[in-house]
Formats: sequence, structure tokens, C-alpha cells
Amino acid sequence: MKNNKAKVRNFHQAKWDEEIIFELDTPGQCGMLIPQIEPEIEQLVGDGFSPLPQNMKRVQPPGLPEVSQMRVLKHFLRLSQHCLGADFNIDIGQGTCTIKYNPKINEVLAGNENASQLHPLQDQSTVQGALEIMYKLESFLKEISGLDRFSLQPSSGSAAIFAMASIIQAYHKSRGQAEQRDEIITTIFSHPSNAAAAAVKGYKVITIYQNEDGLPDVEALKKVVSKRTAGLLITNPEDTGIFNPRIAEFTRIVHQAGGLCGYDQANANGILGIIRAKESGFDLCFFNLHKTFGAPHGCGGPASGSLGVTKELREFLPVPVVGFDGEKYFLDYNLPNTIGKIRSFYGAFPVILKAYAWIMSLGADGLKEAAHVAVLNNNYLFEKIKKIKGAAAPFAKGRHRIEQVRYSWAPLFEDTGITTEEITLRLIDFGFHLWSSHHPFIVPQPFTIEPTESYSKDELDEYLAGLEQVVCEAYEDPEKLKNAPYNSVVHKIDHSTLDDPKKWAITWRSYLKKHKSAD
Amino acid sequence: MDKKRAFVHPYIPNSVPQVKARMLKDIGVESIEELYGDIPESLRFKGKMNIPQALVSEYDLKRHVEQILAKNRSCSKNLSFLGGGCWRHYVPAICDEINHRSEFLTAYAGEPYEDHGRFQALFEYQSLMAELLDVEVVNVPTYDWCQAASTAMRMAERITARSEILVADTVNPDRLSAISNYCTPVLTVTTVKHHQQTGMIDLADLKAKLSANVAGVYFENPSYLGIIESQGQAVSDMVHSNGGLTVVGVDPISLGLLTPPSGYGADITCGDIQSLGLHMYYGGALGGFIATRDEERFVMEYPSRLFGITKTAVEGEYGFGDVAYDRTSFGVREKGKEFVGTAAALWGITAGVYLSLMGPKGMAELGRQILQKSQYAIAMLSKLKGVKVPRFEASHFKEFVVDFSRTPMTVEQINKALLEEHIFGGHDLGVLSRELANCALYCVTEMHTKADIDKLVTVLSKCLGE
Repeated sequence: MKNNKAKVRNFHQAKWDEEIIFELDTPGQCGMLIPQIEPEIEQLVGDGFSPLPQNMKRVQPPGLPEVSQMRVLKHFLRLSQHCLGADFNIDIGQGTCTIKYNPKINEVLAGNENASQLHPLQDQSTVQGALEIMYKLESFLKEISGLDRFSLQPSSGSAAIFAMASIIQAYHKSRGQAEQRDEIITTIFSHPSNAAAAAVKGYKVITIYQNEDGLPDVEALKKVVSKRTAGLLITNPEDTGIFNPRIAEFTRIVHQAGGLCGYDQANANGILGIIRAKESGFDLCFFNLHKTFGAPHGCGGPASGSLGVTKELREFLPVPVVGFDGEKYFLDYNLPNTIGKIRSFYGAFPVILKAYAWIMSLGADGLKEAAHVAVLNNNYLFEKIKKIKGAAAPFAKGRHRIEQVRYSWAPLFEDTGITTEEITLRLIDFGFHLWSSHHPFIVPQPFTIEPTESYSKDELDEYLAGLEQVVCEAYEDPEKLKNAPYNSVVHKIDHSTLDDPKKWAITWRSYLKKHKSAD
Repeated sequence: MDKKRAFVHPYIPNSVPQVKARMLKDIGVESIEELYGDIPESLRFKGKMNIPQALVSEYDLKRHVEQILAKNRSCSKNLSFLGGGCWRHYVPAICDEINHRSEFLTAYAGEPYEDHGRFQALFEYQSLMAELLDVEVVNVPTYDWCQAASTAMRMAERITARSEILVADTVNPDRLSAISNYCTPVLTVTTVKHHQQTGMIDLADLKAKLSANVAGVYFENPSYLGIIESQGQAVSDMVHSNGGLTVVGVDPISLGLLTPPSGYGADITCGDIQSLGLHMYYGGALGGFIATRDEERFVMEYPSRLFGITKTAVEGEYGFGDVAYDRTSFGVREKGKEFVGTAAALWGITAGVYLSLMGPKGMAELGRQILQKSQYAIAMLSKLKGVKVPRFEASHFKEFVVDFSRTPMTVEQINKALLEEHIFGGHDLGVLSRELANCALYCVTEMHTKADIDKLVTVLSKCLGE
């Protein structure tokens, strides 16, 4: 199979062969000076250090490297070039994670000193602008979800899931049923944290698997609900991109059993303005501001999982929430059954500010258009990828998907022995990233693509060309894939040391001890 | 397709009608609506979201947001003495340069090949923190100190298979609240009293509360009240002989000069990296660290990702990857250790830049200057009639309690008067406990000059009627 239409870039990533920062240590150099202490202060208090309790005086200075300023800058700039952010690549291969455009203006706004130089304990009269942004963002999220109150405090989607599990527990406790209701139900195609965060709260986790449509089975749900059911934590569309049309039945069944329903809206990008948590019967939900609402992922945070509830659950939210009395915004701690703090202070303010600006740039129609185009882009890719030899899209045959698709390289693997991981590593050579999927691999040799609304048709076509190119190689020259990547920063990594306690090295000092002392 | 709609937002390229039409044709449907065929009518939202008119031009958006932000009064235009878990330290220009780089800012979860730089930068962050903390293992940052301390408690629970933790009552109140929620209902949280004069842990109370059920003891050093706890080793000895673990929270900016918790018996150290090169952002730029020895029984209990260094197929090339990934919830869902996900990686990279710039001498000099300036502030404030400072008889780092209870004014009145002079006074501790009624927590860092401190003293003196 020769695909002459493939138009991939002649890509090569930067490769500086950069040292580890400790290898740049030159005693005597320094990267940063602080102001001189005023002599009057020194005259009055001396060196400040002598009066400390003897056992609290550090004996051995920390073994930090000494490096001049420009070299530190160069070091980290080089490391940055060893990274392939969404501003560079067609970042659609990390399905479930909604990697979209993060507008630069929002970075400029977050850097404003009236945002960056605010202390959280300032008098509330001096932070009216910050509180206004939080209050108004909350009002937008209420419109988008149909729920009644939001906390912007949770630091991520997983933290929001944990907060939902905490509220579910506090709610049952307030009704004297916390001990009896010790089970949380979730689905296998909901994010792993729905199961894991519930377990932290001591819950027994029941996971419902998919039926032939790839959807959680209603009959299976009916069998597991009982007076032990505390709640349901579920995504929709699920991580397969398949929408569960019977979701209102799910929430009704759980409600009838006395449980609460929490909606993981990590997959909200295709349904903004189209369906809401309220009409699906949810009591709680959360949105990832760093995904759906255009704030950047930052190599894995800072993030925000903004948490919404119905008015019945308002009193359980983390404190404080932001109130408005018609004239002034204020921090409201008056929530009688609050679960307390999920994080220090009020939330990741720069992320909140960026999400506010993103929504203000789009408005209600723009949000809906973003959702529409995300779904259009996804189904366009879906149609094309289904036709790539070796690729498959399990479940729900003949139906469309919402904002992402969980695909499978199983036919390719059967034909050639090439795995998802090997495809992934070869794609890097063309400047593409492709992610497998969350464990467990229910779909064999999985991969998940979510194109969002941000990428042009030409870019989507280029990504498709990359997939076709690599598939072509898998059939014609599989050996080539086995040793990839060739054009990335580094070559095939030896993972064998990373699971061996005798060999793993999580810090430079451990590396020196375990791997260099014998040299 | 709606032919009237010609508007194309700069963020949504495929809104161009001709492009849409072409893509729909390739899919084989007439409209985008058809793609939503799985969503029943009964679930559809029929109304219109009540969200303000879009500010589609970048200029309009910028003006709008800047106008709202202009209602704030920042710490750079005012003189702030606020602390209590978020601090104003100098942020080197290079810290901002690096965390604004598109490559880091918009990367996420690439492989350790095309995202080699993300893995190396975070490995270096772990390694630099390990030097400061004098340990062998540090995690990729979690959300904040609240989460780090909460997870440390759960790690202690799993390692010891015990079900109670003791927490010093001088820890940050936010932390105590977060820990309590995070541990319920698996662990019981019991507070340990502090000594009335010194503010340090009351060892007699600790002794009385230690039992065969206690998984660990948690205290912060410096404490929420700025007190340097000098009994760390005594506490550790008591906890260890009882079969539990010592968990200590620390502000890492103190460690250029102060003994790290591992030096007085801490098994798990935790804290926040906000002080290391991050702006305050209204308390929105936090990152939690967890640190231990390199023992399998500790490492295998981390929920966080831990990046390790290894080799590649090419001699001399450094590769990176996840250490013991199968312990995480990514690997095994609810069978994993707590949960993991997006947290605070960019801030970790930034803290690594900060420590690389400061070096051992910079960190020591910074620590010394914070000690000197806070001691100067204490000395000058002590001259004010009726003001007792520090409230507790101990050494302090960066923060200290000012007791106004023998002055004619309340903290609230004082702070209002200070605000009129563009000074943010220390926050009121009276809301926390009766013991600290009319006391405020003041914070002095390297950012304060002698003139700043003198101004505070002068204005305070005036408002206290001297």
C-alpha cells in the first residue's frame, strides 16, 4: 500500500543534548541577588540567625547548583524547546483532554498586576474586581449547566470529583444515612478518578461496563442500586464520545434508590448550550476550566474543576462562595453544612480569569458554535479514520459521535503486530502526538482523538495524512516503527529501571547514588 | 446550514460556511444537527443561555477585563503585611519568562520523547526540592499544601495500617479543614494543644494522646503563627517509639537557613511552593510537595506521578519516565493510591527555575534577610504602647502574632485605619480562637524595606493615639 497523497512535514524536533541542571554547577556563580540589608537593621538585630535555637540552624547548606543567570535561562529555554505544546503541534491526539487554543490575550490579562499582585486575605473592599470576575463566571456556569450554585475552589477535575463524593457523603450524613449508603456507582468509560476519588471517601465502588452500543447498561444499573447506594458519578458523552440517550433514566433510577447524581462534565465541549446537567437530572456537576473554557494545560496544571450543585445542596459546598448584595461582592462563609476546604483560599484565580475572558469573547452563540464545530470536526475525522486500513471504531455502528472517538488499532495489530504504542512513537517523527487511552484497555490497542473547535480543516487533513503515513509504514516496513522515534529529542527509552526500587532514581542525588557511584 | 451567518470567530476556523459545507458533505450529512441525533429532544436545552453579548474584538475584551481588574487594589501599589499561607516574595523575571513559554504553557501529556523537556524540567524540580529538603523522593506537584498534607496523612495511614492522626492545633486553619474532610471517614483527626507561652507543641498533651492507634503526627514548622518549633526531634522520638510517622509541613523558603524536617525525624515532609517564584494571584498559584526517603514502602504509597531518570538506546542520552506507574489511579482506577490528574506542574517547573537561580547562597541570604527584617519589625512594633509582639515567646520566621488586646482599638479598626494610609495590616486571628482575640498575623519578607516597616510603625502609632 503506497499512499502518495500523504503530506506530512519533514519535521525534526530541537535536540540540545542539554545537561541536567546540577551538571552546570560552577561554585561561585550565581543567578540572582537580593537587595542589600540596610545597615540600621543589621545594627539593631545583628545577623538574625544567631538567636535561633541551635538545633534549627541548618548545618549543611542545601546542595543546589550555582549557575549564572544567562545559563539558567538558556537551560530552561532549551528544555522548553524539548516540549511540543498545542501552540506548535496539531494537538488533537490527546482525546478526553480537550486541547484547544488558549488565547494569548488571556495570558496578558492574567499577568495584570491587579490580578497577580493580590493577596487572598486583603480587605474585601480592595478586591471587588477579583470577586466580580468570580461571581460572573459562576453566573455563566449556572447558565451553561442549569444548576444553582458553583464553587470555583476545586483545583482540577479530580479534585472536583472528590468534592462531589464529599458532598454526597455529607448529604447522607445530614439525613443519618452516611453509614448505610456506602456505595458509589460509576462506569468504565468515565474518567478513572470517578472511581478513585470515591474510594478515598471510603466508598465501595461499583463499575458498570458497556453494552454492545458502548454504553453503560440500564439493566445493569437496576441490578446494583439499593439502599446502600450513595450516588452515581458519570460522564456523558462517555470517553468513547458516545452519548448516553438514557441518561435521564440513570439519574431517575439512582434518585429512586435515594442516591445523588454527580455529572463529570470533562466531556462538555460538544454539548455547550445543547444539553445541560439540569435537564438530565443531575444534582451536581463540574467543568474543567482548563479544558472546555480555554485556559491552558500548563504541562499538567494549574487547573480548575468548577463545581456546581442544585439549591438543595448549596449548603454543603466548600467555603467560601462569592455573594453579591446588589452593591458589593463578598465572600460568603455562611454554608451550614459545608464540607469545609478543598483547597486553600478560593481557587486558581489566573485560570478563573482566563475562563471568564474566554467566555466573554464568545458569548452564548459563540459557545454553541464552538460545540457545533467541535462535533463537526470530530465526525469529519471519524468518517476519514474509519476508512484507514487497520483502524476501527468499536461500538454504536452507524451512529455519529459527539466530541471525540475512542478508536482501536486492533485490526492493524492483527495484520502486522504493530501496537498503539509503536504507532504513537512513530507519529512523533512527524510532529504529532497520539495518546493511547485510560486504563483498563477495554478497547484493544486503543487511541482517542478529540479535535475540538480550534484546528482548521487543513490541519485535520495533515493529521490524517500523518496517520495514513504511519499505517502505510506499519504494513510495508514494520521494523521502522519498532525503533522509532528518530526525529525527536531522544531515542527509545529504557523503562526497565523505572519499576525497580533498586534502580529507580526520582531525584538527581538518587541517580548519583544508584547509578554513578559504581562508575 | 444557516446561510445568513457569515461571522467567523478567530478561535473557530471551521466556522467558514464553505468549509463547513465541505466537511458536512464528506461526513454525508446535511447539517450539524444531524450529528446530535443520539440526543433525545426531551434532554435538549430549549432556552438561550443568559450570557452577556460577546466581546469578539480582542481590544474590547481587553478593555472590559482591565476595567474590572482596575477595581482591585494590589499589593504592588499598597504596602502589604499579609501572610498566612500566601506570601509576597520577589519573583525573578526569568521565572515568568519560562512559565509563559508557549512550549510549557500549552503542553500537557505528551510522551517522554516529544515532551522530554517537561519530564526533565519536572525531574529537576523534584531533584532541586530534594536538596532543599534533604530527602531522596519528591513528587510532581499536587494542588497545594492542603492536598499535600492530606495525602501525607493518608500515606501514613496506609503505611502503618492505623486509623488516627494527631494534628498540632497551630497548623493553618484551612489545612486543618481540608485534612479533616479528606480523612473522613477513614481516619480520625485529633488536635494536639500548643504551649500557652511559647506556641510550640505541648509535649504532655501529645504524650497523652499518642496510642497504638496513631498513624502519625502532623505539625508545621514554622507554624501558622510563624513560630519556629524547636522540639521537632523530641516529637519525632515520641511518635516513632509509638510506631507512628512524623509528618511536617514547611515553607521551603525558610530552608536556606533552617534545619529541614528530615533533620529532626520527619518521615514525610510537605508544603507549598508558592513562595518559590510564584506571584500571589489572589491565592491562586499554589503547588503542594510531598517528600520522603527512597524506601519502597514510602514510594509505593504516593498517589502522585514521580518522574525518574533513565537511559535511552543512545549512549549518554538521558531519558525520563514514570516511576511505578501502576500504583496510580491512572493505572488501576479505585485500586490505586488515592487519585491523580492535572495539578500544578507549571508552577513546579517555575519553582525549579527559582531554585536554580538562587542557589545555596541565595537561599541562605534570603532566609537571613527575612529573619533580620522580621526581627526589626518586631523590635520596632514592640515600642508601641500596649502592643505585645511577638505574642508568643519563641523564635519566628517571616510571620509573627501582634497582640493589640491591650490597646484601645480592635484589629478591625486598626486595619481600617491602616487601609486609609494604603497599608494592608496583618489579618485578624480573633476569628479563629478566643485565645487570639484582637491579635493579628503580620508577615515581613525580603520585599519590605526599612522605610516600609518604619512607615507601618509610624501609622500604627498615630492610629493608636500615641
